Amino acid sequence: MLKNYIKMALKVLLRRKVFTCISLVTISFTLMVPMVATALFDHLFGSFPPETRSDRTLILQSIKGEKLGETSYIVNSPSYAFLKRYVSSLTQAEKVSISGRGSSTEATFRKGEKIESELKHTDGVFWEILEFDFLEGRPYTVQEVEEGQRVAVINEATRQVFFGGEQAVGKHIELKEQAFRVVGVVSNVPAFRLMTFADIWVPVSAQKTDDYLRYDSVFSGYQALILAPSAAEIPLIKEEFADVLTRVEYPNPDQVNHISGGPTTLLEHTLEGIFAFGMLTSRGFIALVGVLILLFMLLPVVSLVNINVTRILERASEIGVRKAFGGSSLTLVGQFLVENVLLTLLGGALGLVFTFLVLQMLGASDIVQYAEFHLNHRIFLYGLVMTLVFGLISGVYPAWKMSRLHIVEALRRRKQ
Amino acid sequence: MIKLESIEKVYRTEQVETLALSNINFAVDEGEFISVMGPSGSGKSTLLNVIGLLDEPSAGEIVLNGQAINSYADRYLARIRNEEVGFIFQSFHLIADLNVVDNVEIPLLYRRGLSGKERRQMALKALDRVGLSSRVKHFPSQLSGGQQQRVAVARAIVAQPHILLADEPTGNLDSQMGDEIMGIMHQLNEEGTTIVMVTHDQRLADRTGRTVRLFDGRQVQ
Repeated sequence: MLKNYIKMALKVLLRRKVFTCISLVTISFTLMVPMVATALFDHLFGSFPPETRSDRTLILQSIKGEKLGETSYIVNSPSYAFLKRYVSSLTQAEKVSISGRGSSTEATFRKGEKIESELKHTDGVFWEILEFDFLEGRPYTVQEVEEGQRVAVINEATRQVFFGGEQAVGKHIELKEQAFRVVGVVSNVPAFRLMTFADIWVPVSAQKTDDYLRYDSVFSGYQALILAPSAAEIPLIKEEFADVLTRVEYPNPDQVNHISGGPTTLLEHTLEGIFAFGMLTSRGFIALVGVLILLFMLLPVVSLVNINVTRILERASEIGVRKAFGGSSLTLVGQFLVENVLLTLLGGALGLVFTFLVLQMLGASDIVQYAEFHLNHRIFLYGLVMTLVFGLISGVYPAWKMSRLHIVEALRRRKQ
Repeated sequence: MIKLESIEKVYRTEQVETLALSNINFAVDEGEFISVMGPSGSGKSTLLNVIGLLDEPSAGEIVLNGQAINSYADRYLARIRNEEVGFIFQSFHLIADLNVVDNVEIPLLYRRGLSGKERRQMALKALDRVGLSSRVKHFPSQLSGGQQQRVAVARAIVAQPHILLADEPTGNLDSQMGDEIMGIMHQLNEEGTTIVMVTHDQRLADRTGRTVRLFDGRQVQ
């Protein structure tokens, strides 16, 4: 039966080439836009090196501090010392890393040429939580950080700029008037990987002073990455941190004597940045995105429904014959849905090709530093789901209309 | 085999009510070959549609092969049509996109428990009976009118129905091709198929066992 439906669908598609072309273009462009959006979303929040454990990684990049009884408050990054005291000690966490929030631009001169690099300070655990793709060498260790060694991990682009692409491990680069020995080279990390992006990573202890260790403020430009044993334990870590906050000793209680906020997943963290503090949950956001995609697809769906209704009425005689010889309305609805889903799958495949081309163009445009967008199985799966939903939605009404066609009336319409 | 009791068919619109069939009563025994005659608009095709469960009567009772039709639910009627009735239409109603053998297979698609191979064998056998074994891969547009109607006959008999309903089966054919189709129908009747044929042609009606005549939706003979 299914083979017969598919055979019939292909014949119908080939019969009306103009209609088929219009339908395929409508479908492919309609599906391309959400597929590109999905691909960007996936690259932003999905599991990609070095953030391959994002499903069980929490980030604490900002906290809200206030003096109780006053209306003003500060939202800022926590200090290293605050994180060391109150986050590193979380018992539910598998590992906790403290690193500089974001990166700072450092200028160096090489052969008279100014080179700007993004520098990030991290501890040794940073390399244990994240999975960087090492092209040569290794990460610096917890011990090297404790000893305050001047070591660095650089990315591929920096190796190219400083060493012409040749082996860099063991060589030195000069940063802030200090020589750092390169111990590892990693693949470039795209700039939208805010937790990890940099050109050069150096130990947090390699700073000129130890001021960062002093607990004289709860704020000062660091972040904590917290690895949970599993995604299921994320709520426990959040609860534990909320409990820890009740016992915080404030270095400047006359300025800040209460802190709120806590570690979040990467998606929650981004949503906090886009929307107001805690206004939208990640589930709410995904639902919102889903609704927006559906709304976006609505107009093309209506257009395709019209084309399908016209097509169906042209096939009235066939519908009459099939019903006369034992096809029930439900069976014919099934047949038409299969045909429509086949059409949308073809359109979806074309949409995937367009998506690939758009992603290639986006990658080549260097809008986001080091960003490379690829199609992967997740995007393919989302695309397939969107295609099927599109096919079913645009096919249901015409199929229902067809099923209502009276046999005698259908047989009277001769046009094939 | 077929029993019609007090059948009425009324077409209603908002303003007009048209009586298409009124108080039709007759029976067709198993293995009979009857014709239905009458002038245009007398209700012949409507009667055939009602017998074939393509249209619901406004009143009255139909019994097909001992089975009283007491429900007009879509799936129930579809099953009865598939198992009991085969149709031959004046304008063939072949699906232009399908080749001959695929057209003939259509009724079998709705019959449960048949494999693709079995369907194909049954379709080829039906085509053999109408003398079209050499045209199985042709498309309807590549066939003459007579050949197209023979394909339609093969499609009507492929699921081995007890009843064959033919609506002006030779109406679009020249006399020679019409005779060929009538020959096939007679052969089927001799093999036990009950046939009800609507026709304008007295010559064809004379070749059937008996004739039911309609005038203005009423049975006059």
